[in-house]
Amino acid sequence: MAKSLTQEFVKGLWNEVPPFRLVLGLCPTLAVTKSVENGIGMGIATTFVLVCSNVLISSLRKVIPSKVRIACYIVIIATFVTVVELVMQAFAYPLFLKLGIFIPLIVVNCIVLGRAEAFASKFGVFRSFLDGLGMGVGFTLSLMALAAVRELFGTGFLTFWVTPIRIFGPSYQPFSFLVEAPGAFMALGLMLCLMNLVGKK
Amino acid sequence: MGDLFLLAISCILINNILLAQYLGNCPFMGTSKKMETAVGMAMAVIFVLVMAGVLTWLTDTYFLKKFDLEYLRTVAFILVIAALVQFVEMFLKKSIPALYAGLGIFLPLITTNCAVMGVCLININEEYNFLQALVASFGYAAGFGLALILFAGVRERILLARVPRPLQDTSIALVTAGILSLAFFAFKGMV
Repeated sequence: MAKSLTQEFVKGLWNEVPPFRLVLGLCPTLAVTKSVENGIGMGIATTFVLVCSNVLISSLRKVIPSKVRIACYIVIIATFVTVVELVMQAFAYPLFLKLGIFIPLIVVNCIVLGRAEAFASKFGVFRSFLDGLGMGVGFTLSLMALAAVRELFGTGFLTFWVTPIRIFGPSYQPFSFLVEAPGAFMALGLMLCLMNLVGKK
Repeated sequence: MGDLFLLAISCILINNILLAQYLGNCPFMGTSKKMETAVGMAMAVIFVLVMAGVLTWLTDTYFLKKFDLEYLRTVAFILVIAALVQFVEMFLKKSIPALYAGLGIFLPLITTNCAVMGVCLININEEYNFLQALVASFGYAAGFGLALILFAGVRERILLARVPRPLQDTSIALVTAGILSLAFFAFKGMV
C-alpha cells in the first residue's frame, strides 16, 4: 500500500508492462501486430475492458463471494467485451473485421483476469482505475512498438489509421518474414531481450 | 471422408493453433519448461477442447441461432467453457482419481486458455457442420499437444546451453518458438 497513486499508474508503463515483463496476453500481442493500426485498435479495446472491469470488480469486491469470484469476474469481463464488440461493429467495422476473433478473445486475455484477481479484488475503486489504465496504456504502447517494427521492416509501410504511409522508398525489399507467424515470435523475443538489456535486471 | 481427413491435417499441421494462429501462447510459454507439465497440459487441453468445441457448437446452433441471441455468443461460450471445466474437474476427482492427479492442476488454467475459446469461435465463424466441428476441435487440440510437447523437448535442451544473459528465459523461448513456427510454416501449401 506504500505506493502513491502516480506509481500505480506508472508501473504499467515500464516496470510491469504486460506483454514484456509479466509475459501475459501474448496471443493478441503476436497476432494483431501486423500493422500499427491493428495494434492501436486492439490496445484501445483491451484498455477499455481492463479499466471498466477493474472499476466494477473493485467496487463489488465486498459483495462477490470468494468461492465463485473467478466465475463472477469472467461474466463481468465478458459483458464489457460484448460492449466493445458491438461498438466496434457499429463504428469501426473494417478494423473489427481485421481483428476478427481476437476481439471476443479479450475475455480470455490473461492480463484482464490477472489484474482483476491480483489487483482489483484487493484495492479501492480509484486505485484499480489507475492500475487498469496504466496497464492498458502500457499494453497499447507495447503493441504499437512491436507492430511498428514488424510493419516497417516487413512491408516498408506504416499504417497509423486506415491509409498506409510509405516510409522506405520503392527500392526497399520488404523483409516479409517479419509479418508472418515465425517473425512475430522472433521479433517479440528479440524485443524482450532488448528490454532486458536496457532495463535494470 | 477425405475432406474430413484433410481438415484434420490442416488443423494439426498447417493452421497449427499455437504456431500459426497465435492462440494459447500463455500456457505454451508457461508450461513448457518441463516435459512433465507439458504432457499434462497437452492432455488436459485435448480432453477439454474436444468437448468444449462440440458443446459450444451445439449451444450456438440449437440455442443462440434459434432465438437470435448471437450477440450473446461471447458470454455464452465462456460460461459453457467455465462450467465444463468445473464439471470435468469434479467428475475426474470423483471417478478417475488417477487421471485427476495428472491433469488436476492444469484444468482450472484451461478456462482462460485462449486456444479453447478460439477454436470454439473458429468453428462457428467457418460455419462448420457438426462432424467438421468435431474433427476440427480434435485436430486443433492435437496440434496444440504436438507443438507443446515438441517445444518442451527443445526447451529442456536449452537449459543445458549457455544463453547470453539478456536473452535468458522467455526471450530465448520466444525465439525458439519462432524457429519451430518456421518449421511448421513449411507445411503451408500441403493441402
